[in-house]
Amino acid sequence: MYTSITNRRSFIKKMALASAMTAAATMFPGIIFADEQEKNIPKDADLDWKKGPCRFCGVGCGILVGVENGKAVAVKGDPSSSVNKGLLCVKGYHQIMCIASKDRLTHALVKKNGSYVKTPINDALDLVASKMKQTIKNHGKDSVAMYTSGQSTIPEGYVASKFMKGAIGTNNLDCNARLCMASAVAGFLTTFGADEPMGCYEDIDSADYFITWGNNMAEMHPVLFSRMLEQKNRRDAKIIDFATRTTRSSTASNKSILFEPQTDLAVANAICYEIVNNGWVNTSFVEEHCNFNKGLTKMGYGLEDNYKFKDKPSKISFEEYKEFLEDYTPEKVSKYSKVSVKDIKYLAAIYGDPNKKVVSYWCMGMNQHTRGTWMNNLVYNIHLLTGKISQPGNGPFSLTGQPSACGTAREVGTFTHKLPKGVVTNEKHRRKAAKIWKVPYERIPSKPTYHATEMFRAVDRGDIKFIWTQVTNPLVSLPKTSRYKPGMQKESCFVVVSDVFPTPTSDVADVILPATWHIEKSGLYGNSERRTQHWDKMVEGPGETTDDAWMTIEVAKRMGYGDLFPYSKENHVEEIYNEYRQFHVGKKHNMAPLEVLKSQAGAIWPYVEGKSTQWRFNAAYDPACDNGKDFHFYGKPDGKAVIWQRPYEPAAESPDDEYPFWLNTGRVIEHWHTGSMTRRIPVLHKAVPHSYVELHPEDAKKMKIKNGEKVKVVSRRGSCILPASVNERGLPTIGQVFVPFFDENMMINDVTLDAFCPISKEPDYKKCAVKIIKA
Amino acid sequence: MPVKSYLAYPLKGAKKALHDAIAKIDYCEVVAAENKDLLIVITDTKTQLEDENTKQQIETISNLKLLTLVSGFNTPKN
Repeated sequence: MYTSITNRRSFIKKMALASAMTAAATMFPGIIFADEQEKNIPKDADLDWKKGPCRFCGVGCGILVGVENGKAVAVKGDPSSSVNKGLLCVKGYHQIMCIASKDRLTHALVKKNGSYVKTPINDALDLVASKMKQTIKNHGKDSVAMYTSGQSTIPEGYVASKFMKGAIGTNNLDCNARLCMASAVAGFLTTFGADEPMGCYEDIDSADYFITWGNNMAEMHPVLFSRMLEQKNRRDAKIIDFATRTTRSSTASNKSILFEPQTDLAVANAICYEIVNNGWVNTSFVEEHCNFNKGLTKMGYGLEDNYKFKDKPSKISFEEYKEFLEDYTPEKVSKYSKVSVKDIKYLAAIYGDPNKKVVSYWCMGMNQHTRGTWMNNLVYNIHLLTGKISQPGNGPFSLTGQPSACGTAREVGTFTHKLPKGVVTNEKHRRKAAKIWKVPYERIPSKPTYHATEMFRAVDRGDIKFIWTQVTNPLVSLPKTSRYKPGMQKESCFVVVSDVFPTPTSDVADVILPATWHIEKSGLYGNSERRTQHWDKMVEGPGETTDDAWMTIEVAKRMGYGDLFPYSKENHVEEIYNEYRQFHVGKKHNMAPLEVLKSQAGAIWPYVEGKSTQWRFNAAYDPACDNGKDFHFYGKPDGKAVIWQRPYEPAAESPDDEYPFWLNTGRVIEHWHTGSMTRRIPVLHKAVPHSYVELHPEDAKKMKIKNGEKVKVVSRRGSCILPASVNERGLPTIGQVFVPFFDENMMINDVTLDAFCPISKEPDYKKCAVKIIKA
Repeated sequence: MPVKSYLAYPLKGAKKALHDAIAKIDYCEVVAAENKDLLIVITDTKTQLEDENTKQQIETISNLKLLTLVSGFNTPKN
């Protein structure tokens, strides 16, 4: 692509400005450059500023989009949003620039004789409906599947669930949040019986310590990290970075502690050992509000097709738990975790000090883990043992990566096992869904079918013969794409892809449906702190682009389910949300009315008597607590949370003589996930135009690899050639390499392993064995 | 053809004066933070000599407390 020198200089100046703004935000958290955002707006512009949530990560920053003559021309942070208080990150500021990308999908494309033919949207939807219907007729309901997203809006996720589970009658619905949040969900459910964090972002203003577990917040949740830095500067709050790699978060923290991959399990248990053996247990809290359980161990890693696992919890006593912890003395754990005894004791002492308020944050490091559910349980153990939970400044807080991983994937329930309220295995929950959906109760199957990894294995095996993906790019984001891409290319499966831009996933589609982007439709997202946010359509989408909810409804109507989807095209978002709210009526999960969400920058559920509930399970804040005590973990039948006995077990694949390096994959601040949007934003693309492999300088020296030199990362699954990055942004430990996964031209997921947590079914993208060869 | 970005810290109460003084210097663009005492300066010069002269001119402004370089880019001439 030709870029003129003028344009190139303009890009470079924008990059220079973006770098300076990022640097300024690090030193002055909360700093606003609103003038810069409005600079390109003509002085006489008649801008209409429309509010909404940011399109990118799960923080859920409030944005204001300046619209003039039907076009979005500027973005700024919404000062009235309590989430970001006017601040945005570099992605947030530039988000609307991707809409105008020249390769935008504006019309439906149908593959005919190997070529894509522009097709009227109605004809394409006819084809999708007839193919789906025919496939069900020939091969049964479980031969069709939908794979949606934590970026789907709440109405989009809701109609997908109603369509698959209520109309067709199959549980073949899963979503990409399986790849990022499933371990957090399983952790919450096993410990508390209720999903999602009990606290909120206001915790940042009260905590004395922030302990981040495998979480590079400076790049992945920069606005929240800014808020933490502000507290660090203003009142000497401390940030402790506990990770496997040195990142921007590490250098901005008060202390960085590195651990050997997978041994976070052991360190968490060692912290509990210290708490128990130093008399730091909050005995009255534990006796009043906690049970002790153990589950099955040596569960395997899900590497084989059709892998099944079901945990068998059993109660244990505190004494049995204490005995279990004897294997996790700091001295024993230090030997294999590579964390010093001093640092383990330091961490434990922070949690153990009754006068210090502590928030633990985590995201992919703990969730994308073959023992991800256990890891979540273990951090909850620490907070439960010390009673540091559900209070301002005290609590465990699982962050999300997608803008509606909570609101849509988790709350609406676009997982195979979920319903908008509860799970398919529970008869009461199925009956409730059937009643609201007005379908026979027997139509909703009682058994979950395919989670994400197994869904694409089923496509590869030929068991799934029709799949429709929405708002996601699995052929870049799945682990072990070296298997799943050829699987999706097989003739045995008819592939429908709804998206805004062409991606490697749409490249294998039989039908491509052109989707509207974020501000081209109305919608609702739910962020990490249980905040539901609404926005109205701000601009028209190009060509025949259509929102995913409406495309699902149109296909459902064509398949004969029109009576279940009586929504109007003009008001379907509102009508769907009002129907969906019925699932959550009650003090434990009530959703705010739409008129409230329209009038303010979101509301936190449970929304009870006109108020958001900021700290759940604490009777001082949560009206759902009704046991007459200070705390009530009402997700469990006896109102008590569970402290789990969960051991350390090794990773599914560890470095050996043939493949001597750990491979860790992740993200960079400039790009969002698979890069399908941010790589179309020139400033961001120019800032980081391609992926790379970070090596420790000593490893690079030993292998005579220079910075920028091409190297091949090879595993037992596949390989990927990338330039080496030595002493640049991040610093892996010796024997570890790190690769960002945003670049579809450098497919690191051809290399990764599709091992997953047997309980949550979330894959582990952070640990497999590779070798490094000069390319 | 260097393009550079700097953070410029004004003396107390002198943010606007510093902004106006920098804005008058050739090859400089200045962006003020709305809610903090901080300016971003972007310089876009044709030669190394111009670049150095520009930086010197900024550094002589009496209202400047500190000037720190954030990033520097060199673009090819053709």
